[in-house]
Amino acid sequence: MEIPYTVEIRRDTGLTNGKIGIWLFLASEVMLFGALFASYILIRTGAPTWPRGDTILNVPLATFNTIVLISSSVTMVMAWASLMRNRFGTFRLYMGATILLGGVFLVVKYFEYSHKFHDHLFPSTNNFLAIYFTLTGLHMLHVMGGMAVNAYFWGPGAKLWKTNPEWFTNRVEHSGLFWHFVDLVWIFLFPTLYLL
Amino acid sequence: MTTDHAVDIDKHVRIYITVFVALMVLTIVTVAISRFHLPVPVAVSVALLVAIIKGSLVACYFMHLISEKKLIYAVLVLTAAFFIALLALPVLTVHDGFWIR
Repeated sequence: MEIPYTVEIRRDTGLTNGKIGIWLFLASEVMLFGALFASYILIRTGAPTWPRGDTILNVPLATFNTIVLISSSVTMVMAWASLMRNRFGTFRLYMGATILLGGVFLVVKYFEYSHKFHDHLFPSTNNFLAIYFTLTGLHMLHVMGGMAVNAYFWGPGAKLWKTNPEWFTNRVEHSGLFWHFVDLVWIFLFPTLYLL
Repeated sequence: MTTDHAVDIDKHVRIYITVFVALMVLTIVTVAISRFHLPVPVAVSVALLVAIIKGSLVACYFMHLISEKKLIYAVLVLTAAFFIALLALPVLTVHDGFWIR
């Protein structure tokens, strides 16, 4: 049986099922990160003293990672635009760049984490580090998830382009929406944890 | 693909590049402002304002929210309401649980 409304628009929603599905998923993600941000506010406002992020964390590395993630968002949207222009080769280049930039983000994060562990700074050390590791750790898992999906569309999943290019383009748009959300979360995490 | 469609995508691509440049500039602005060591309430307000502008640019242009269907806006309005409620909960505790008095 064929999956319905992958390309054609449903009359009641005005959308494909994939589009409404990814937005509902992102809504649940907003609440997940929202709960953690609320916890952060609660813990910070309740603490007698709270360290400035830049006294503990590495701001230049995080700034670099912000630039990396924003760049990956652009390459992601350019990958989708390439498919819209019917240029599959360019799509592969942009999608490859997106995955690569995601990898760079994770490598930088690895160095940041290992430096903290080397200095005996763990989630159990204090509330600041607990919330830092929880929020950035969860965000990192999202980066990994997004990279896995993007790698699938770059590799084996790209076969769909030959048989149903419109459906493939929609799938790339949906994985892009998730990737941009991951970027959006980092845009708030960066000043909240590192600069304030 | 029609010529109109191709022109439309070209226009989109130009917007993506402009937004990218704006996001880079705003990232530098965020870091630069933090170097002034402003009082905490001011620093939080400014940092959040810049983050909201950057987030809006990503959501509106990269996620195409500037021209989406009504149902998606409805889902997001509902999400925003619950998100604000969630963030407001810690603020209530500042008043030492006035609701149980």
